Amino acid sequence: MIESILLGLSGMGAGVTYLFSQGGPNVIMLAIAAILLYLGVKKEVEPLLLVPIGFGCLLVNIPLSDLMEQGGLLKLLYDMGIANELFPLLIFVGIGAMIDFGPLLENPKLLLFGAAGQFGIFLTLLLALALGFPALEAVSIAVIGACDGPTAIYVASQYAPQLLAPISVAAYSYMALVPIIQPPIMRALTTPAERVIKMAAIKRSVSPTTKLLFPIVVTLVTGLLAPKGLPLMGTIMFGNFMRECGVVARLSKSAENEIANIVTLFLGLAIGGTMEGHAFLKPATLAIFGMGFVAICMDTVAGVLFGKLVCKLTGGKVNPLIGAAGISAFPMAARVVQVQGQLYDKKNHLLMHAAGANTGGQVGSVVAAAVMLSVLKGMGLI
Amino acid sequence: MDKWDFGFTMMIVGMGGTFVTLYVMTLIMELLKKVFPLAEKAANSDKSTS
Repeated sequence: MIESILLGLSGMGAGVTYLFSQGGPNVIMLAIAAILLYLGVKKEVEPLLLVPIGFGCLLVNIPLSDLMEQGGLLKLLYDMGIANELFPLLIFVGIGAMIDFGPLLENPKLLLFGAAGQFGIFLTLLLALALGFPALEAVSIAVIGACDGPTAIYVASQYAPQLLAPISVAAYSYMALVPIIQPPIMRALTTPAERVIKMAAIKRSVSPTTKLLFPIVVTLVTGLLAPKGLPLMGTIMFGNFMRECGVVARLSKSAENEIANIVTLFLGLAIGGTMEGHAFLKPATLAIFGMGFVAICMDTVAGVLFGKLVCKLTGGKVNPLIGAAGISAFPMAARVVQVQGQLYDKKNHLLMHAAGANTGGQVGSVVAAAVMLSVLKGMGLI
Repeated sequence: MDKWDFGFTMMIVGMGGTFVTLYVMTLIMELLKKVFPLAEKAANSDKSTS
């Protein structure tokens, strides 16, 4: 009887014993979970993601909880939607339903800013290869430069699942830090005269038919040129088509609200579940965070330099600051451009132009990932 | 394939492919705007109100 009681008590104390004997990495991750929760709750940094990720991280680092073992709650969520790439794609349906491509359609040339804003992806790929990462891991890390959480998760879960946790946390962290990372680069690369350039007001010139056909045409073009990326572009454009067609308002609202919210919750918890201390705390994690930072900086540099080129070519009609909005972080990057423009001239309204470039960045990041996957397929690497 | 061959191939084809794909899309968007101008819709709504 006493022996049974002692055995029972030892079972209760096993977690604490583990924590003090070999749970060092778990303790560090519990502290990181606390930081993520603090940032999400107190500082409101991407709270919709950091709160579930932080709590998932907390759960998985409590020793012997088995939440990420076969049959565990977090493992179930992971298998249900990340291992098979379902969650990021469902989120894309919601994003598509939220985005108004109107400002981009008013001035289609803004889409090219969305191409320039992807330069960081390819530079980071070279950096990752130089640091010794294998090809597919390097590609997955580079996609952090798309500044697009679902795309990064989609690619990493397929080709570098062992790096999914640091890649997804880095992608979302840097997206949240766009308002801090971008302004110094924008100021360093532009002259005071360039920053006060006023752009002509956008005239409303897009018909509902054009807005309705846009998602179909984009799906066809991307699907034909880069078929491996069709799940990404197809879902985002399906969401947008539901928004624009006007006859499935209930589905469109569900996609952008209920479905996006539920999937974000599950996705966040499952990503947090991959942050188990012994697996997460490696030199590679630090390298991935470093490369993610370089990627976002280089996206901004390339975008602003492209903006300066377009400014020259158009005889000063384009404010180079809008180049910084050619990334996928929507709508943060567009707001950063508006704020920076108004710092130097309160009457300068760049928001609509920046929003066009920003939605271009959204499309551009997906196209860049799709093109990369198709090139990998062409090379026989996937 | 050497890692640098791989890296630079991805960079050139990837960045080039992204630019070309998005450029094709801008042309198609311009075409859509020409084929389905806003004026057509506005004209129709003017007729229905008169």
